[in-house]
Amino acid sequence: MPKDGGIGASTKRREDLRFLTGNGRYTDDINLRGQAFAHFLRSDVAHGRINRIDTAAAAAMPGVLRVFTAADFAAVGGLPCGWCVTDKHGQPMREPKHPVLADGKVRHVGDPIAVVVAETYAQARDAAEAIVVDITELPAAINMKAALAPDAPLVHDDLPSNLCYDWGFVEDNKAAVDEAFRTAAHVTTLELVNNRLVANPMEPRVAVGDYDPWNDQHTLYTTSQNPHVIRLLMGAFVLGIPEHKLRVVAPDVGGGFGTKIFHYAEEAFCTFAAKQLKRPVKWTCSRSEAFMTDAHGRDHVTKIELALDKDNNFTAIRTETYANMGAYLSTFAPSVPTWLHGTLMAGNYRTPLIYVNVKAVFTNTVPVDAYRGAGRPEATFQLERVVDKAARELGVDPIELRRQNFIKPDQFPYQTPVAVVYDTGNYHATLDKLLEISDIAGFEARRADSARRGKLRGFGVAHYIEACGIAPSNLVGQLGARAGLYESATVRVNATGSISVYTGSHAHGQGHETSFAQVVAEMIGIDAKQIDIVHGDTANTPMGMGTYGSRSLAVGGSAIVKATNKIINKAKKIAAHLLEASEDDIELKDGKFSVAGTDKSVDWAGVTLAAYVPHNYPLENLEPGLEETAFYDPSNFTYPSGGYGCEVEVDPETGKVEIVAFSAADDFGNIVNPMIVEGQVQGGLAQGIGQALLESCVYDDNGQLLSGSYMDYAMPRADDLPMFKVDHSCNTPCTHNPLGVKGCGEAGAIGSPPAVVNAVIDALHRAGHTHVTHIDMPLTPARVWAAINGN
Amino acid sequence: MYAFDFVKPGTLAEASEALSHDGALPLAGGQTLIAAMKQRLNAPEKLVSLTGIPELKGVCAGDGGVTIGAATTHAAVAAQAAAYYPALAALAGQIGDPAVRNRGTIGGSLANNDPAACYPSAVLASGATIVTNTREIAADDFFQGMFTTALHDGEIITSVKFPVPQKAAYAKFQQPASRFALTGVFVAKFADGVRVAVTGASESGVFRWTEAEAALTANFSAAALDGLSVPADGMIGDLHGTPEYRAHLVKVMTKRAVVAAG
Repeated sequence: MPKDGGIGASTKRREDLRFLTGNGRYTDDINLRGQAFAHFLRSDVAHGRINRIDTAAAAAMPGVLRVFTAADFAAVGGLPCGWCVTDKHGQPMREPKHPVLADGKVRHVGDPIAVVVAETYAQARDAAEAIVVDITELPAAINMKAALAPDAPLVHDDLPSNLCYDWGFVEDNKAAVDEAFRTAAHVTTLELVNNRLVANPMEPRVAVGDYDPWNDQHTLYTTSQNPHVIRLLMGAFVLGIPEHKLRVVAPDVGGGFGTKIFHYAEEAFCTFAAKQLKRPVKWTCSRSEAFMTDAHGRDHVTKIELALDKDNNFTAIRTETYANMGAYLSTFAPSVPTWLHGTLMAGNYRTPLIYVNVKAVFTNTVPVDAYRGAGRPEATFQLERVVDKAARELGVDPIELRRQNFIKPDQFPYQTPVAVVYDTGNYHATLDKLLEISDIAGFEARRADSARRGKLRGFGVAHYIEACGIAPSNLVGQLGARAGLYESATVRVNATGSISVYTGSHAHGQGHETSFAQVVAEMIGIDAKQIDIVHGDTANTPMGMGTYGSRSLAVGGSAIVKATNKIINKAKKIAAHLLEASEDDIELKDGKFSVAGTDKSVDWAGVTLAAYVPHNYPLENLEPGLEETAFYDPSNFTYPSGGYGCEVEVDPETGKVEIVAFSAADDFGNIVNPMIVEGQVQGGLAQGIGQALLESCVYDDNGQLLSGSYMDYAMPRADDLPMFKVDHSCNTPCTHNPLGVKGCGEAGAIGSPPAVVNAVIDALHRAGHTHVTHIDMPLTPARVWAAINGN
Repeated sequence: MYAFDFVKPGTLAEASEALSHDGALPLAGGQTLIAAMKQRLNAPEKLVSLTGIPELKGVCAGDGGVTIGAATTHAAVAAQAAAYYPALAALAGQIGDPAVRNRGTIGGSLANNDPAACYPSAVLASGATIVTNTREIAADDFFQGMFTTALHDGEIITSVKFPVPQKAAYAKFQQPASRFALTGVFVAKFADGVRVAVTGASESGVFRWTEAEAALTANFSAAALDGLSVPADGMIGDLHGTPEYRAHLVKVMTKRAVVAAG
């Protein structure tokens, strides 16, 4: 039984007291003296040429301080892209300009044209309506394949086409893959759509810019998952502000899911305008605005082929994907369909030959970037769907076909044909556990009961692998990342023994303040209540890369372990001095330093006090104080994996799918707080089930957003979900980070969509509707009904 | 939202007077109007609240029927009408979510006549009477297409008089995002016949499915509907369902309402 507050304990989340009582401090809670309000006038057409913007009437409206347009940003850089993908010919991707405010053209509904800053929000909004914009609407490029046709409208006039890049991976394998398909005993082909999603964090984005002219000091408060990244991108590439003159604060943040990683125009605008006006400038995104400005997720159209030999062994995989970039390259958009997607196409299987082709396409839609899972859900969905389809074509059990082709437990570390090396895993164990907790033995009885009620019951599984803990900096640098992906921590021990840990990770719902404290408490052996986790402010945390890609514990936690080890090593030196013993003989246990084999000891507070009141202290050899910083750069990704089982009932009369049971057996390596892990899995499952059954971001052919509010964009609600069974007992610890952890934040969203779709197809096949081989997500009642009825 | 004036009269006469001025709009629960104003899609100069008039509120039974004040919230109908007209109370209890049910009113819903609202199906299937400050309007004359009713400008619904059927039920298939009715069917069996009203499905708003009424009047069972179908022409097609799907749902939901009515 782990000690409460230590590693392995389901310690309740300390941050929840303020969150659940409405006492969190979010960006919108920050109101500065003299603050003015910004309102963005946004394009209501998807594509158009701006002929003229007349702001005179607006500027004369009550309370208006100034109206800004692209002309005000002539000397300012555009929003940068943080990742350059090299195409299959060795050429860099096409990288169009991304102005802070639309310059000459608008390229999606929601593209900002002008900004009014006024004394009140209402005045700014009133004045924005008085801006006269003369736009010639142009035909829009919306459908990706149509956008690549020779006569398609160009999103960016200075590019030769709407193609961002045509990526092949591994290009050198292509001929061998093609040959494997020529000689295959069976080939299964599946064309599918990975539906576009809107992240919809509970807290919309907010930015507050502030400027202190007497110190030439800029401050940006923003809803970000990575304040240092924003400081670097915005400071260096957009506004030309050096880091020591720019502070970025991301206080409590109400969910991110990836969409708050990126640097947005509104952040740069508020920072810029605050200096221009010498007033704090605040912008709060409305929910409607979020739908048309937050980076969207997914939006892939894929053809996947699976080749098998006569014994049903997988011999090759070949894919062709069209990936929507939207109108501009969001911060990490190019990496998502490539390095976060192609490298995962081996899944849990021993497939020896894999070739992935991705064509990234500009369209007149909101930019698309990372969303919970980012590339890995897209990889998992197509792979787990095509495996299921192959099993049905071959007349074998989908579960057994998976088991037959799994990488075996004794094959780790396993070099895949798509570059990555899985360090550990045991897919057979998670599958067995999944079938056990899913009560697969009782399925037929449950199915018979459903049938008596006129319902079609089905069971589907999906197995996933993901690459988390991003990432080795030197490796991602070779792949085109324009950033390092280490993490940082400063552990500041105070004189009386309490500890403040400054982490470069950022928490926006993940519970870091609890779980990170558990790590340090366990290492030193003191009460976790003596430890505070501080994050989100570039003024007091070391340069960190933030939170995404399920990296915080694996990378950020490892930095904390490194820094804490430095603390412990120094503390042992101090203890050795105090105890007049050799440093090698000092043992730390339960917060007490003792001399091995004796009863001599000094407690933690005795040592920390000596560090700051160094009267009896080896000053000739050791600096006073007890504060250490560490940067941790991982040597490999981590590879969480697992099996998900979904049981559905389909109403054949209406097509409505009800998820009646859902089980998850995950391998996350070691676990610091099982309760938090279970919560992360449950949240991920909710989002994955949302994608599978409910959520869909839809544009019409003119680029109008049809699903621009909750009246038409269906979010999962509690009654759409079953009680989840979550198991994480089949753990194979990560071999290359000090905690042995793998990351759990995205797994649920990665593994669940194919499990849901497989379950629905299973239900339809068991009922004789064998003509239905695939239904595109979301599996709405209307789509399922149409599929059953053959249209 | 633009600036507007707000008055909350205590009597029907004061409300009527306030609404006689150009640019004034009545405000009931505000579940549609306030949202439209926040989006700046509607800009009344003056809002006249109808929620401060005692005579517009409450549920009372008598003369074989139930009368519901126009400013009675869905939550109040769900709770107070259950003893007299359970199917109507059940319908009210399925509208929106608790916040909506505690603000939205029956009069507001009927005056707005959203093609996917629940109440119009109950009112039409029950053959209810809409009482206003100037006259009484039969349900068959009241609903005149999407967001269109027989109400004149400034006319205020004061109550709705429902005859209580022998058997009745509402079967609602939810639109997945809004949870309005993608298709909702209210079936009411009276001594002299059955009435069936469909909401959510038609481009013309709530309508009576007369073929089903005839079949069910002859034989009040789901099987009586077997040979019938609703044409897809004129049905709504959108992100959530084709006209064909909605036409199909009309029959499915009618059958389910008949079964539920017992």
